[in-house]
Amino acid sequence: MSHNSLFAGIDVGSSFTKVVLLDPAKNIYGSDIRFSGTNLRIAAEHGLHTALQHNNLDSRIKRIVATGFGRKNVVIDNQNISAITEISCNAKAAQFYYPNKALSIIDIGGQDTKIIKTRDGKRISFKMNRKCAAGTGMFLEELALKLRVQPTDLNSLASESSNPNSISSYCTVFAATEILSRIREGAALEDMVRGAFHSVVKRVMEIDVLENEVVLTGGVIAHNPTIVEIFEEELGRSVFVPPFPQLFVALGAALYALEEGTSI
Amino acid sequence: MSKRKPIHAVEELRNVATDYYQKLDRASKDPFQKVAWCSSVGPAELLLAFDFKVYYPENHTAMLGSSRIANKYIPVAVAQGYSPEICSYLTSDIGAFLMKETPLTKAYRVEEVPKPDVLVYNTNQCRDIQEWFAFYARTFNVPLLGIHSPKNIEEINQSHINYVEEQLKQMSDSLEKISGNDFEKKKLEETVHLSLETSNLWTEVLETAIVVPSPFTFFDGCIHMLPAVVLRGEQISVDYYRLLSQELEERVENGVAAVENEKYRLYWDGMPIWGKLRVNSEQFLELRACVVASTYCNSWIFSDLNPQVPFSSMAKAYTGLFINRSESSKEKYLQEMTKKYQIDGIIFHNARTCPYNSNTSYGMPKRIEEQTEVPNLVIDADLNDLNVYSEEQTKTNIEAFIEQLAGI
Ligand code: SF4
Repeated sequence: MSHNSLFAGIDVGSSFTKVVLLDPAKNIYGSDIRFSGTNLRIAAEHGLHTALQHNNLDSRIKRIVATGFGRKNVVIDNQNISAITEISCNAKAAQFYYPNKALSIIDIGGQDTKIIKTRDGKRISFKMNRKCAAGTGMFLEELALKLRVQPTDLNSLASESSNPNSISSYCTVFAATEILSRIREGAALEDMVRGAFHSVVKRVMEIDVLENEVVLTGGVIAHNPTIVEIFEEELGRSVFVPPFPQLFVALGAALYALEEGTSI
Repeated sequence: MSKRKPIHAVEELRNVATDYYQKLDRASKDPFQKVAWCSSVGPAELLLAFDFKVYYPENHTAMLGSSRIANKYIPVAVAQGYSPEICSYLTSDIGAFLMKETPLTKAYRVEEVPKPDVLVYNTNQCRDIQEWFAFYARTFNVPLLGIHSPKNIEEINQSHINYVEEQLKQMSDSLEKISGNDFEKKKLEETVHLSLETSNLWTEVLETAIVVPSPFTFFDGCIHMLPAVVLRGEQISVDYYRLLSQELEERVENGVAAVENEKYRLYWDGMPIWGKLRVNSEQFLELRACVVASTYCNSWIFSDLNPQVPFSSMAKAYTGLFINRSESSKEKYLQEMTKKYQIDGIIFHNARTCPYNSNTSYGMPKRIEEQTEVPNLVIDADLNDLNVYSEEQTKTNIEAFIEQLAGI
């Protein structure tokens, strides 16, 4: 294997497509995040090209592992692609950053949230939220829409509050209505948004018991560090957040690609 | 991609099913022949002893599920005030009835479901069955008879048996009047005897899957269980399972695996997702995972039947069903099954509209994992209502579970 070789992980999520390229020494050579849109194949192709910094370096790619919702849709000319679920890729990346630790990894994505547990370097269980947007990025997106703020503004609003206003509704639609009516009654927007963050954390903590070290990953964590704070408050201990939470799964896929590419 | 291996007996199964439904149709039109509707784990033997032709709405509604038309009918029943949260067998069946449609027409050239002279249920399975049958009793203005079983049983005891036996005897008196036939003990002994034989042969069929690699899957079982459900107590089911059992024995002798290169052996707890039987079975096939055993297919094993004491043994067999047992008693059963079938992983199907067949609400998966050290996966779906099923999420969950078993 040449030291020029590259190994790609492509995570085609329902909202975003993420690409990570690793060199043989496991350094990140390039990455990309873009909307998945309706054509998942094109999103993956363009993402890979951007991660290659628009150089014509396709021949350096030795192996690609696709993951995420659209993992079976990835087709790149002249490339052998294997598909591994995002659950395994998540655990893989976590083992890379936090080796030899028993972990509870929480991945809060656009449409689903997962809790994956590892012990002795092996994945021992995983659980997903039930079929409902509560506790996922969709809940926050819906909220931003109703409040007419940008989803990216939610974090700074929540960070300004020290008095979260708790939300009783579980359902995304009802919760948004509840928040609006409370604001009309005089509640501060910041307190309501922080309350909504608390609600996301509560829903996640219902999925499984959070044992051992807790790792937080996924797009929602990448954009909303206040959620990390709330998790730490609720758990009464600190949690790990990897350097690029949104790229975490793609990195896991790239690590698999590296493993596959070097074992042949 | 490897292919599902067809079981040859399926041809005969088609004949058996066609014959069964066409006979029912004729009986329905014959003023001298009485038809009884019976719940799937109801006292069929007693009905047969009075010469009723027996129809099982659960089989009918499973056909609505497997042909993926249930969601056309569920809203019709919901509009009548039946909640979308209750049994989707019930809502699809009643909806189809109200729309005057039945899958029997396409499958067996039968225009409508047979008209009942009596409806008979047993609450051993659930409460919904009673409401379901009550709808038809009102609609057809015919008697509704029920066995009200003691619930959540840890160990079955004599008082449970006496209580149900007494109800069966009272039911027998009512059936005598409705059928116009006298009760003949000999006849009941005969139907119980045939039911027991069916049950024993069905057990033999299911247990061929103990062999590694297994010649038979849960998905095959869901298709081939029909005679055990609708024809127990009749010679035809005995003959059918002799045939099937022989074919599977041959598979075993020749080392024929249902799943080529079987690598993982799984257990399925809960109901099938009828409209996705093919999708699910093909995914497992691709992953080289064989679902070798299930709670569901084993529900039609009634080893406690005894022709010499027909009433009390029926009481015991029907009250002691898995679905009617306590959590800890169910856990013991699952522990035994995982050992007996060398299970690598358990799939718990949490069916949205059937809490009775879903063992995921009181913490069982977690406890079973601790007791057996066999990992498990819970999938959220339903028996008939595909609106609550997400194909993508289910497939990813199953794939990730197999990756976990593979140590990836
Ligand atoms: S056991 Fe479940 S599926 Fe069967 S009738 Fe009762 S509620 Fe419906």
